[in-house]
Amino acid sequence: MSKSFLVATFSDADTLLHAVRAVVREDFKVYDVYAPYPIHGLDAAMGIRRSRLPWVTFIVGCCALTFALCFQLYTSVLDWPLNVGGKPDNSTLAFVPICFELTVLLSGLATVAALFLRARLYPGKKELLFAEGVTDDTFALVLRRRESPFDSNRAWKVLQENGADRIRERETES
Amino acid sequence: MSTTTSISVNGKPPAEAARIQTPVLAPPVWVDENPSLRDITDDIARPLEARPGKGWWICFGIAFAALLNLVGMVSWLFAKGIGIWGLNNSVGWAFDITNFVFWVGIGHAGTLISAILLLFRQQWRTSINRSAEAMTIFAVMCAGLFPAIHMGRPWDAFFIFPYFPNQRGPLWVNFRSPLVWDVFAISTYLTISLVFWYLGMIPDLATLRDRAVGGIKKFVFGLLSLGWNGSHRTWARYEIVSLVLAGLATPLVLSVHSIVSMDFATSLLPGWHTTIFPPYFVAGAIYSGFGMVLTLLIITRSTMNLQRYITLRHLDKMAKVTMLTGMIVSYAYLTEFFAAWYGGNLYEKYHFINRATGPYAWCFYLMVLCNVITPQMLWVKKARTSVAFLFIVSIMVNIGMWFERFVIIVVSLHRAFLPSGWGMFYPTIFDIGILVGSFGLFFTCFLLFIRVLPMIAMWEIKGVVGHGAHKMALSSDEEEVTVNV
Repeated sequence: MSKSFLVATFSDADTLLHAVRAVVREDFKVYDVYAPYPIHGLDAAMGIRRSRLPWVTFIVGCCALTFALCFQLYTSVLDWPLNVGGKPDNSTLAFVPICFELTVLLSGLATVAALFLRARLYPGKKELLFAEGVTDDTFALVLRRRESPFDSNRAWKVLQENGADRIRERETES
Repeated sequence: MSTTTSISVNGKPPAEAARIQTPVLAPPVWVDENPSLRDITDDIARPLEARPGKGWWICFGIAFAALLNLVGMVSWLFAKGIGIWGLNNSVGWAFDITNFVFWVGIGHAGTLISAILLLFRQQWRTSINRSAEAMTIFAVMCAGLFPAIHMGRPWDAFFIFPYFPNQRGPLWVNFRSPLVWDVFAISTYLTISLVFWYLGMIPDLATLRDRAVGGIKKFVFGLLSLGWNGSHRTWARYEIVSLVLAGLATPLVLSVHSIVSMDFATSLLPGWHTTIFPPYFVAGAIYSGFGMVLTLLIITRSTMNLQRYITLRHLDKMAKVTMLTGMIVSYAYLTEFFAAWYGGNLYEKYHFINRATGPYAWCFYLMVLCNVITPQMLWVKKARTSVAFLFIVSIMVNIGMWFERFVIIVVSLHRAFLPSGWGMFYPTIFDIGILVGSFGLFFTCFLLFIRVLPMIAMWEIKGVVGHGAHKMALSSDEEEVTVNV
């Protein structure tokens, strides 16, 4: 199915931010914004809620902590207790550093993996660039026809009034 | 948070009062000459697209020769055993472990800059974080080399990881041993640093991908940039994940050198058996790391023409951190001596007398000169903004911190409890050659890095120039700053 988009490009972040607010005020839904760096204030303007990815960190961290503790207890107390300098088999305090390291390692890796999955970033993915230079110095505001019908001239007008350098329609196959 | 104010001032109505400008500090400027976004991309990508200059080739030649020397000497070490070093029954750890602690320490500044300063919202980090993180990774690689080659049978180095099934039956590693903690700490540190570094580079790799005209460059950058297209929905998640990783890396970096210090502190040896070690080592690590960051950046900013991004103000900030951590280190030295005297332990007391008057006293005084006296010169603003002076200071810091570890390790070992077990350590050509070789490995990696990857985080710089800086300085995440007129 081909998708139809309206792409407006801007040359600075503030104009873009104002345009996003104006577009939202006019009851259009912003499909996405493309920018060379994260623009602060855009989350609120676009109505993006805070990412829940930190929950992945928390949950995996808890699991990793439990695993690390259980693993060390199992190996040192149950499976093969080894008398080293008369220390107790269950030297729980001595297990703390490795519990900490494994918690950090596994929760960190899981968080990044979750980001890649959620944002669908993977090696070999063909990048979909809505405008030239969005990774360099151009900012693009994109509306999708299905969410925000832009055939009426209203969308064009709002974007033009709010300082868009260039507006054009674009179709993508997917 | 909106900073729009409409309060009455001196009884005047709000509308008029608002016209009275509230004095606000000007936002700090971290990039000179106010470049446009495209200028930033061009400036930072230029070294990757041009042919390397003569200076780079000379540096690379020297570094690569040292790396080859490392390969040769380590091969010889594997063939002959660690007897080719100057180790003996009294001093079983010397250059190898000194180098290990030294290199791990160097790495710490990178994580401090990229993670801790991110949490503190220090914008000056943006110009230097990428290269400092790269430095961390290469330094930890150098560090990891030493415990491995110090093992009598380095081909069995994997025994240190718990795995199953193994040839020893279900015999596990001793989880009570700080040496095992070290393995986990260093490998976690290396992994998380690598991931953090790579994650931070993805948007820049996409920029380079879109700049590349074709061929292998486009393919490689395309593969590495994971299809990044600058979507703000992704940016929003990306920033949260960066923050989470910074939050994880902060206690991690503090834990790594604490655990390294426990290799010593949990033993009973006078000079090692002290509770002050973890914070003392962490401060020393950051101190030495900033020394190395200064050395590297002073060279690269002039050879790569990046003075616009790595300004004197950045060097000034780094000098201040160096001075602060240098003073913490000095305080730790003092505390050690005080505890030795006040603690009343005969062996501990002798160790510190021996440290200052024994056969290795010159190492101790060199350490004091470099780590206690040198950072004091940084009180002077002129010193902090003189590139040549800072360069000398940074070299002194590196020398001083290497000697600190040498003093801790060798001086403690060479005269422990029983005078009959005393001895001296004299380095052989292999001790020195492998130390030099590790610098070769480090600088070869770093020089390649500045040629093939963007050494300054373009997207972060873009975020702090101009209006972005003003907003971030006022840390208004939710709402843009508006002035009520």
